[in-house]
Amino acid sequence: MEGDEYVSTTIEPPMKEPSIKVETHRAPMPPKERLETIFHVENLDCIYGSKAAVKGVDMEIYKNLVTAIIGPSGCGKSTYLRCFNRMNDLIPSFRQTGTIQYHGTDISGSNIDPVAVRRNIGMVFQRPNPFPKSIYDNVAWGCRVLGMKDGMDERVERALTQAALWDEVKDRLKASGLSLSGGQQQRLCIARAIAVEPDVVLMDEPASALDPIATQAIEQLMHGLKSQYTFIIVTHNMQQAARVADMTAFFSISHGAEGQRWGELIEYDGTEKIFTAPSDKRTEDYVTGRFG
Amino acid sequence: MSAQQLTGGPDFRTNHLVRRKRVNMGMEALAWLAAAIAIAILGIVVWSVARKGWSELNLDLITKNPIPFSLTNAPQGLSNAFAGTLVIVGLATLMALPVGILIAVYLNEFAPPSIRTGIGLILDILAGVPAIVIGIFVFVLLVSGSGQSAVKGAFSLAILMLPFVARTTIEVLALVPNSLREASLGLGIPAWRTTLSIVLPRAIGGIVTGTVLAVARVAGETAPLLFTSSLVGTQTSWNPSHALQTVPVAIFELSESPDPKDHARAWAAGFILLVFILFASLSARWLATRHARKIAGR
Repeated sequence: MEGDEYVSTTIEPPMKEPSIKVETHRAPMPPKERLETIFHVENLDCIYGSKAAVKGVDMEIYKNLVTAIIGPSGCGKSTYLRCFNRMNDLIPSFRQTGTIQYHGTDISGSNIDPVAVRRNIGMVFQRPNPFPKSIYDNVAWGCRVLGMKDGMDERVERALTQAALWDEVKDRLKASGLSLSGGQQQRLCIARAIAVEPDVVLMDEPASALDPIATQAIEQLMHGLKSQYTFIIVTHNMQQAARVADMTAFFSISHGAEGQRWGELIEYDGTEKIFTAPSDKRTEDYVTGRFG
Repeated sequence: MSAQQLTGGPDFRTNHLVRRKRVNMGMEALAWLAAAIAIAILGIVVWSVARKGWSELNLDLITKNPIPFSLTNAPQGLSNAFAGTLVIVGLATLMALPVGILIAVYLNEFAPPSIRTGIGLILDILAGVPAIVIGIFVFVLLVSGSGQSAVKGAFSLAILMLPFVARTTIEVLALVPNSLREASLGLGIPAWRTTLSIVLPRAIGGIVTGTVLAVARVAGETAPLLFTSSLVGTQTSWNPSHALQTVPVAIFELSESPDPKDHARAWAAGFILLVFILFASLSARWLATRHARKIAGR
């Protein structure tokens, strides 16, 4: 990507009070025509049983960017995220319609092996969930099972370094992953996810259970890693989206005539645009804190 | 002013207070009594079994074979029965354990909810089938016409163990947090590998506990063995293709003998069976806590 020096800007929202100050340490986004589409989502509906959780999403997700999905609780943003690596397959009543093209291939069909999809599209979950194994094995086990056996020590060190955890654990790699603090456990989970060299990393509110310092560490590592990976992050925290994301999608809850509720993509644009000059009134209400 | 505020508050000195305290004490006493009765019964059973078997409770009991119609005072024991119980219960565990674990893994990890409830119900019914019915079933199926053997006895005990092993395994698998399965599946690891390397190791403590308890339960079963492995000699044998004597069947037979020394030997064998079950339950507990500590990372 272009522009290695990070620009620090303070963006003043043009709206009335209450406004949020958005601090970014982001490199400016390359022009749209230079972006490479990695996911092309078309008319996606997510359905639990007979109830639609998310309806009619159309979205392009670009390679080597951080894309944030924000919105109020219950708008289906986690459900939507889990469509990208077929994690919803684990829920028996779940169904989805529409297409998600990943490098041009529809990955939502029943002819696609979800294991192969997840092999390329890794995930970090809301709560840190290290295996009850040693720190080393937490990172190494996945690689070993997936046949990436050579140079394991270097592989583990590289993943832990990328996840900004190496210095804290290098002297106790044999200790249990569960002996780490919550923030360290989450970084261990990130190391585990990137050690198997995925193409995309999905993050489902990765910092919601963490304190601000651990949150900052995770945001910084996303900045450092996005030249190699594509991140899609669901977050409750608007400041976090403003800090880490290049593109931001705002989801909201729509109400039907007969009391149905479903999540909908309201607006999707560059993060600065979403937070400073949103084109939809609902986005404006949400990012200014009038609704949420 | 503060005094006024105090008198303005709710009145806690109700007439119910005394009654409530009494009811509370009464219920507490009843609960305590119920617990005491359970402990007392166990104590009385252990004590009377030990007292009546005391005279025969020695090393000869497990090292010497019985001498039928013995007119001398030559030392004798139930070595053949202890060997037979080891062989039959061991074989039964080998049969029931893999099948029970596979049933549980299928139901908890792969089966759709409707099949899970259906087969769960069938397991509960199987657990409720009386042991003697299983004995007759195996007798008609395998023994009738071709004779008894330890393998057939083990098969009948395995049927009794199966629902226990499957049920307890389902319960411990259900306790494995979904986040661990998701962690593994999210890496692109196939479901079978996730089950084998992440879910089962996490649940192994509970599976071992359940198995030990199932072993303890069937080690004292008599009825099915009467049909399948009771026409036996008095020599110790480890050959599972022969009918082998077992501790419960030996107790049953000795209790019908006219010789009071045989009665004492039956009590002594019963005491050893009790001690074995107690030891098995304690070690199951110990294994479970040790495993829980291990997976908690301590």
